[in-house]
Amino acid sequence: MGTVLRNPKVWLFGVCLLPLLRLIVLGGSGGLGANPIEFITRSTGTWTLVGLMVTLSVTPLRRLTGRADLIRYRRMLGLFSFFYVCLHFITYIWLDQFFDPAAIAKDIVKRPFITVGFTAFVLLIPLAATSTHAMMRRLGRRWLQLHRLVYAIALLGVVHYLWLVKKDLTDPLIYGGVLVLLLALRLSWVVGRLQAARIRFALAG
Amino acid sequence: MLILKPHDIPSSEITPPEIYRERRQFMQGMGVLAAGAAFGAIPDAHAGTKLDGVRASDYTVAEDKTSYKDVTTYNNFYEFGTGKSDPAENAGSLRARPWTVAVEGAVKQAKTWDIDALLKLAPLEERVYRMRCVEGWSMVIPWVGFPLAELLRRAEPTGNAKYVEFVTLNDPKQMPGQRSRVLDWPYVEGLRLDEAMHPLTLLAVGLYGEVLPNQNGAPIRLVVPWKYGFKSAKSIVKIRLVEKPPLTAWMKAAPAEYGFYSNVNPQVDHPRWSQAKERRIGEFFKRDTLMFNGYGNQVAQLYRGMDLQRFF
Repeated sequence: MGTVLRNPKVWLFGVCLLPLLRLIVLGGSGGLGANPIEFITRSTGTWTLVGLMVTLSVTPLRRLTGRADLIRYRRMLGLFSFFYVCLHFITYIWLDQFFDPAAIAKDIVKRPFITVGFTAFVLLIPLAATSTHAMMRRLGRRWLQLHRLVYAIALLGVVHYLWLVKKDLTDPLIYGGVLVLLLALRLSWVVGRLQAARIRFALAG
Repeated sequence: MLILKPHDIPSSEITPPEIYRERRQFMQGMGVLAAGAAFGAIPDAHAGTKLDGVRASDYTVAEDKTSYKDVTTYNNFYEFGTGKSDPAENAGSLRARPWTVAVEGAVKQAKTWDIDALLKLAPLEERVYRMRCVEGWSMVIPWVGFPLAELLRRAEPTGNAKYVEFVTLNDPKQMPGQRSRVLDWPYVEGLRLDEAMHPLTLLAVGLYGEVLPNQNGAPIRLVVPWKYGFKSAKSIVKIRLVEKPPLTAWMKAAPAEYGFYSNVNPQVDHPRWSQAKERRIGEFFKRDTLMFNGYGNQVAQLYRGMDLQRFF
């Protein structure tokens, strides 16, 4: 038991379950407000975006801190993003569309914000499917190329949010800003600068 | 060991809410007498105060009413923030008394009405209306008010009066949401004169038999049940009769998405989402949205011959 609790992955797993736990507790206590289905849709969508942003921050954080072992948590973070997008998608097809395939197909084709959201969801599926060590070995270099899709997926996710909002763009623009920052931190020029700064800092310390 | 600590106040000493309310009303009644003696006016009427002499109306749908809690905690009122719970949380800063409403423009009898005079202008009626938000959710709300036509008739519109413009209070001190430029304040809405004169068009001063809560548009708001909710301007300070269609706040903000008419119409989608169905607050399954929100028998003739795809 002690060794289990000392494993940060166990703690991270628990933390990642908190948004789901919150929904269950609120649902049980009537705390989801006047429009519970909208609440659940919004909440699972929000945590998908947060999950993607946190996943995308692992690499810049590794470079900033020099802690290469952070990579060990990236797969779990990515899979939890996929978990929440699945809940988001199920909420949509079940509680919003009630499994009406014609209505869903029409919605996906006709509503740009659903088109991009659905695209992002579909693109995440191969990433989740190839997240195992065995798949990494099998795909080799191509694994990295495939998983670069996550940049496009995050972008589509932000656009999905931006296009569904009626008027107040503040929240989607905040996600957009964070994403731009996380992508900028990957530019080779920025990476070089950061690494130089870190080495200088380490030498001075 | 379990030690039960006695409660500080025995439950027998706690005043039941009905009696407590009665006492408050009695004291308010005393206040009315005192104030009435002093300057012949009715003092503050707060949300939750029962409105007297409210008649039932035939304009009532026989559908389950949305709970008071949902009606007063889940709505749009961007003057207090863009979230659905923001109005209930932030509308405490609105001072609904004293309040005046100016009726002006193309009228013979321009007048600035005091809210208390408006409350006595016509008999108050309770009307249970469907309310359909453009976002795809709906409610059934028992409003208290009187037909807008009663007020407009007294203003005697001239031949130039073709449209009616409604202006909401513009005061960022009272309405914190106005510090953000999410809309071009003040909130402006408009109706064609015949729509405004229609017997269904209500000036509401209450809901559930009580004075209108701030977050629902106190002290006086419009209710046009066959149009999307945003057409029903809240906390109105000015009603102008004009010759040209007013440029409404939402038309300014997104002209491709919000038209002047904004009649509830399941066949005309919002450019970004479908309007065919709606989620009635409190219900699990979505229901079909009705043409003119189910008020077609009363209002369809207003739009005879019009292309409702074009005049959305």
